[in-house]
Amino acid sequence: MGYRAKFRVWRGNANTGALTSYEVDVNEGEVVLDVIHRIQATEAPDLAVRWNCKAGKCGSCSAEVNGIPKLMCMTRMNTFNPEDVVTVSPMRAFPVIRDLVTDVSYNYKKAQEVPVFEGPKDLAPGEYRMQQEDVARSQEFRKCIECFLCQNTCHVIRDHEENKKVFSGPRFLMRIAELDMHPLDTTDRKHMAQDDHGLGYCNITKCCTEVCPEHIKITDNALIPMKERVVDVKYDPVRWLGSTIKRRTS
Amino acid sequence: MKNGMLSAGRARISERTLRTDKWWLQPFVTFAVLISFVIYSTFRAFENANYYTTPLLSPFYSPCLAVSCVPGSSDLGQPIGSWFMLSPAFLILFIPLGFRMTCYYYRRSYYRSFWLSPPACGVGEPHSKYTGETRAPLILQNAHRYFFYLGLLLNFVLTYDVILAFRNENYEWGHLSVGTLVLFVNASLLWLYSLSCHSCRHALGGRLKHFSKNPVRYKLWTWTSKLNAKHPMYAWISLLWVAFTDFYVRSVSTGFFTNFYIF
Repeated sequence: MGYRAKFRVWRGNANTGALTSYEVDVNEGEVVLDVIHRIQATEAPDLAVRWNCKAGKCGSCSAEVNGIPKLMCMTRMNTFNPEDVVTVSPMRAFPVIRDLVTDVSYNYKKAQEVPVFEGPKDLAPGEYRMQQEDVARSQEFRKCIECFLCQNTCHVIRDHEENKKVFSGPRFLMRIAELDMHPLDTTDRKHMAQDDHGLGYCNITKCCTEVCPEHIKITDNALIPMKERVVDVKYDPVRWLGSTIKRRTS
Repeated sequence: MKNGMLSAGRARISERTLRTDKWWLQPFVTFAVLISFVIYSTFRAFENANYYTTPLLSPFYSPCLAVSCVPGSSDLGQPIGSWFMLSPAFLILFIPLGFRMTCYYYRRSYYRSFWLSPPACGVGEPHSKYTGETRAPLILQNAHRYFFYLGLLLNFVLTYDVILAFRNENYEWGHLSVGTLVLFVNASLLWLYSLSCHSCRHALGGRLKHFSKNPVRYKLWTWTSKLNAKHPMYAWISLLWVAFTDFYVRSVSTGFFTNFYIF
């Protein structure tokens, strides 16, 4: 059932590089990461690739397979025809370190910029009580494995390096939405999302949702609800008036 | 220093994309359908004729509010005087136009297919600068909820039009024609499109922090969330059907179709 597959793998570093062709054996049931490992074992022992669990849970082996951001360990070889040339390249939104390994530290920096959960002042940790329906929405976002494929495919930073300063990307806007929807979080996340993390840059083209290996509905369940919440406090005069009156009467 | 995907430090790959599938097909079809709808609806708005044939009123002209409206077509009276020289369609078409233009799903579609920003996932966009919806005019997309509320009012009017369509050509009640069914499907699809809207989902319960304290709104949010998952489908079907409804009314009005009565 095996066959010889034609692969093109991007080899290089931050200064130079090119797609290198390989012909390699493929066996039934294998995934792209298996083939990359076989290339490492047989033809290119110096091929750099980041991987860990090989089960779609660690988010390490993010790359682009035929130009589409994917986890290599979750991309089955039987989705290609034997005559296809499979092209594997590093994530193109981040600086490359070597071959298929990129420097994703932009994401860690953005993660640090999101203030952590802050519960009510009158409750100590351990005293928090909440209902399942209040946290169910946020739980979807906790499935994130931080593969950063959504960050990689987002054209706001993929096509515009200069926006990295002002835009945190779908993964961390989703984190802000998760906290804003949390029943006990007390921090104002709405102004923060728009003013500090660049939610307004998102034009909801849903690529983040399309590439998410955990099938999180990032756009529909996190980004758009967050945009609506921002409208409540920044762009809706009726809501603003209503909440102001309510605040003053209480 | 180059920007975009060839920014310093990134992999030196000159192609805009390495995708090998037909990624251009979806934006192309979207562009073709939307531009066809724009051309047809613009023609119909300017035509200012053939929008009413007893008892069917085209959704492009409902409600018909100007004194220039043809007799029988003004369900809600004619508050707009003779000073309004344009087609009465222009009095109301800004509502569905604004609702769909600011709709989160259509934004995705036309940003991709018209503005190529990006044309498809993993395909480089042609623009050298991008500010998204952070400044005018695109910051006005945040007015979506207001168009949603106005659109709801139009839905009630279109539902009323369906009721009026249970008459025959002599204004006698208790009749059902193919046109009645066409109008009924149109109103139903527009309700589904409106109630599955992201702003509707937010207004019904999405803005809450504590669902458990608002069980009714939580239930409503749950229902609208189910509809919301099919919002793209309702967006397309309702768009095509509203054009078909207008085409049907025009065809009956011009004598091209006969509006058959079932009873």
